[in-house]
Amino acid sequence: MIDLATSSSAVQAGALVGAVLLEAFVLYVGYGALERVATPVVERIKHA
Amino acid sequence: MEPFGIALTTLVLFVSFGFMVGVLFGFFGMGGSFLVTPALLVMGYPARVAVGSGMAFVFGTAVIATLKHHDLGQVDYKLGGLMIVGTSVGIEVGRIGVFYLEDLGLASGVIGITYVVLLGAIGVFVTRNALKNDGSSGSGGGHHDAADDEIDPDAIPDIAKKIQSYRVPPMMTIAGGIQVSLWMVLGVAFATGLLSGFLGVGGGFIRMPAMFYLIGVPVPVAVGTDLFEIVFSGGIGSFLYGMEGGVDLSIVAPLLAGSALGARIGSAATSIVNEDDIKIYFGLMLLGGSIAVAFQQAGDYFAIEIFNTVGFALILLSAFMVSGAVIYSTVTEMRAQANASVPSAD
Repeated sequence: MIDLATSSSAVQAGALVGAVLLEAFVLYVGYGALERVATPVVERIKHA
Repeated sequence: MEPFGIALTTLVLFVSFGFMVGVLFGFFGMGGSFLVTPALLVMGYPARVAVGSGMAFVFGTAVIATLKHHDLGQVDYKLGGLMIVGTSVGIEVGRIGVFYLEDLGLASGVIGITYVVLLGAIGVFVTRNALKNDGSSGSGGGHHDAADDEIDPDAIPDIAKKIQSYRVPPMMTIAGGIQVSLWMVLGVAFATGLLSGFLGVGGGFIRMPAMFYLIGVPVPVAVGTDLFEIVFSGGIGSFLYGMEGGVDLSIVAPLLAGSALGARIGSAATSIVNEDDIKIYFGLMLLGGSIAVAFQQAGDYFAIEIFNTVGFALILLSAFMVSGAVIYSTVTEMRAQANASVPSAD
């Protein structure tokens, strides 16, 4: 017999891990894009 | 004002602290994350939440770092897969230990004392080595430059050669064509997983040297494989702690937002600043963390609130000092390079 309390906390824990994973991907992509935009600007300032 | 269920000042504190930890993580390839759990303990979070949230933060940071190391070809997936098996068992045993100690009311004390001893010992070791090597190392530039180098057999430590000479079957081949006993790999994975589950850390600051010294994995591959392994061990650990209500997303999310940015800056700094220049700060930071947790333990034991405050300030100061040193050295080096290139234009 499936214990409902255990399966509910497992779903909740899975959602938490999924949320952290999603945030990590979003931050990797987001900051990566920011880095691509910022690098040429920093280089230009450096060599101005 | 409570934008994500926590006070705005706490939110800013978490993002800033995450940023500092990220700079350290990106620059040294390890370390920094072990500051989070003691900081949360000092802030008064229960041991289960401090350890669980620390582990979830490590998981998120490792995902981001592994994506980067994968692009550089610094991940041994076969070794990583085996490490996952040993570490998972170790984490489960460590987690059971934390809950058992919590039932006895001893969790915070035992975890705190383990931190003091471990951070203090590694801090002394790193600082001593940094002082010994000061001025004797001729390697310039970033420490990640050697990522694609061929493996020099002389670079394998004697202790690793001795351990590898005990050829307990089955044997397996790892990165660089090195033969090593499967039992050694699983043993190292279990022992570091045990500490990981017990202390709520990714275990990189223990596992990375263990992979290098005990198994003989080249450093760049050890860093990349370790991060890949932390993705799984951190994920499993977060899931197990999450089931017991030990993961607080309002702590993890802002820490991760700060660390992801800091890690990019720290990684970029590795190609500009020489690691040897910063290593001594890293050792001192570990010692600072160790003293901070000792203050907190003393504060709890003698019921002196000011000790807890001093402990928390010391943790923040340690992280701020080393991440600041990395950023300052990077800016100074970039300015020097820019100035050096100016005369050629005349």
